[in-house]
Amino acid sequence: MTEREKPDERAVATSHLTTVMRRPEIGAVIAAVAVLVFFALNTTTFLTPAGISTWLESSATIGIMAVAVALLMIGGHFDLSAGVMTGTTALFVGILAGTYGVNLWLAVILALVLALAIGAANGAIVLRTGLPSFIVTLATFFILQGINLAVTKLLTGTVALQGIDKISGFFTVRQLFGSTLHLGPFAIKAPVIWFIVVTAIATWVLQRTRVGNHIFAVGGDRSAARAVGVRDIRTIMALFMTTSAAGWLVGMLALFKVGTAQATTGVGQEFIYIICAVVGGCMLTGGFGSAIGAAFGALIYGMTYQGIVYAGWDNNWLKTFLGIMLLAAVLVNWSVARRAGVRS
Amino acid sequence: MPLEGETMRKILAAAACVVGLTMTACTNEVPAGKTTPSGGADQSASAPAGSDDKADGKYTFAMVTHSSAGDAFWDIVKSGGEDAAAKMGVTMTYQADPDPAQQSILITNAIAQGVDGIIVSMANPDGLKEAIGKAVEAKIPVITINSGIERYKEFGAMTHVGQSEELAGETAGEQFKAAGKSKMICVIHEAGNIGQEQRCAGAAKTFGGSAENLQVDIADLAAVQNTVTAKLQADPSIDAVFTLNGSVTTAALKAIEGAGSEAMLGGIDLDADVVTAIKDGKVSFAVDQQPYAQGWLPIVFLTQKVSDAMDTGGGQPVYSGPLVVTKDNVEQIADAISRGKH
Repeated sequence: MTEREKPDERAVATSHLTTVMRRPEIGAVIAAVAVLVFFALNTTTFLTPAGISTWLESSATIGIMAVAVALLMIGGHFDLSAGVMTGTTALFVGILAGTYGVNLWLAVILALVLALAIGAANGAIVLRTGLPSFIVTLATFFILQGINLAVTKLLTGTVALQGIDKISGFFTVRQLFGSTLHLGPFAIKAPVIWFIVVTAIATWVLQRTRVGNHIFAVGGDRSAARAVGVRDIRTIMALFMTTSAAGWLVGMLALFKVGTAQATTGVGQEFIYIICAVVGGCMLTGGFGSAIGAAFGALIYGMTYQGIVYAGWDNNWLKTFLGIMLLAAVLVNWSVARRAGVRS
Repeated sequence: MPLEGETMRKILAAAACVVGLTMTACTNEVPAGKTTPSGGADQSASAPAGSDDKADGKYTFAMVTHSSAGDAFWDIVKSGGEDAAAKMGVTMTYQADPDPAQQSILITNAIAQGVDGIIVSMANPDGLKEAIGKAVEAKIPVITINSGIERYKEFGAMTHVGQSEELAGETAGEQFKAAGKSKMICVIHEAGNIGQEQRCAGAAKTFGGSAENLQVDIADLAAVQNTVTAKLQADPSIDAVFTLNGSVTTAALKAIEGAGSEAMLGGIDLDADVVTAIKDGKVSFAVDQQPYAQGWLPIVFLTQKVSDAMDTGGGQPVYSGPLVVTKDNVEQIADAISRGKH
């Protein structure tokens, strides 16, 4: 058969298995099942209702951010201020409501507005200057880290907020961010419900809407996307603001769970979010990945984080496992992407 | 490709308005009865007080610690030093770095600036030996604080203010032992922190029963709570939980309640939430190192040394603690704790 007679590879029928194996999240799904089975067999507590509730909640707070970070990574950008944003919003609410007596609901809403403004600023600077988002958001990370320390100290005289649960309306707001849904023997905590909702919405947006197509397009090739009418500026701005909004949500979930906030809250967490997104199939080059994959990446993290404890192992090894998991995931994703014909 | 100018201006204007509006809510005024302490970063200087004070601002002392940014404990140490400097009419500079190599550079810088005295915490003594040696050679009096009680004499420091980290742990271990507990976890919230490892080792030493360390990350208190919950679920025989930070104590308390455990909870260091929990009987005790004294006393001692040649301590350590705070004595110190002076 001559070169000219070769069939177009796009028209060649592929098996269901090949199609499934090309999905960006497949590696994370397989790994999650493996981790689940491993800890189920090696511990007595892991699959008890209380055990499931605990590792699901651990996964959820990481997962909400991981899903938002995944969307941004698919769109071709990073946000290294995502972790510290959780602390900024929690401290902001604590200071407004605790120190200045602002209504707690209003403080929570103002914190969301602040988060969206910071996200918009990140996006605007990246778009205006053409600088890598890695650098811009690294700068934001340091700015927010400094503000979290200096402003908290300046306004409250300390670097850790206490007595949050004494604020009027705390337990009312907690219904939204810290309540528990009892389903038989299972206690489903609020973060888990938020996690499911966020993952479902993100997956629907990516797979079923024009906005999702735009996200993949700007991450894959922004110039080409603009040429075919994609609103790249609006899309990228929305992605940065979504990540910041997710930071606000996780900040509120943590604040109303523990009832205290440290000036160092969230520092270093941004790397875990990126790890979960990459484990879930996101490419560092953009244009490829999935929200459901990031959710499974977070599940792997949460199961491992608590599974190590349930197994009675030294949990100093957790970070080592994370590094190995990241490297393995990147290699799997690279292999899958090559087969799928995605640029890496 | 850069954003079009007009769109960009609108976006930045909107963002600026939002940030402006939200920040004015908390920066316009200080509420009645509140003060606005200065600083909060890792480098600061407290200005001398009025001219009626003895030393009249002519002495400068450098405090160089191994604190990480935002550590509530060290924030109190720093406040103690600043208040003492204001009271004594001297200047205190504060710098910190958890990396011993960087900390030694900060000490060397202080020597180069010609300070009149140096206060240093020695979490990693070997890493600071050369820098402290230079200070002693230059006839600059050195006082060690918090960490380094075992080796301050060897390095030529005039005294040590603080307590052995191990002693703090031993005190906690004794409390658990006296309550008849048999299985303890010690929650380490900062990986690689020598002082925290020493506290746990001290607790294990006097506790007598089974003891193990649990590593968590203070940057994520929700995860701290979940990890302690998981540990208690995995091993219901754990009947003692030992924490090393006020916020971690609060998280551990919620974990114990969430896991339905009857474990006894005790910790090191106090804050307002821990005080309330002790009053309510939910936290059995807290070992208070009295960090304010660790900041205050060295400034007083150095001022007396350089102005009046007084050698306080007689070469022996000056213990700032430990004070065991329980339901029986918490009321006496609650006010001081709320003001950050303990």
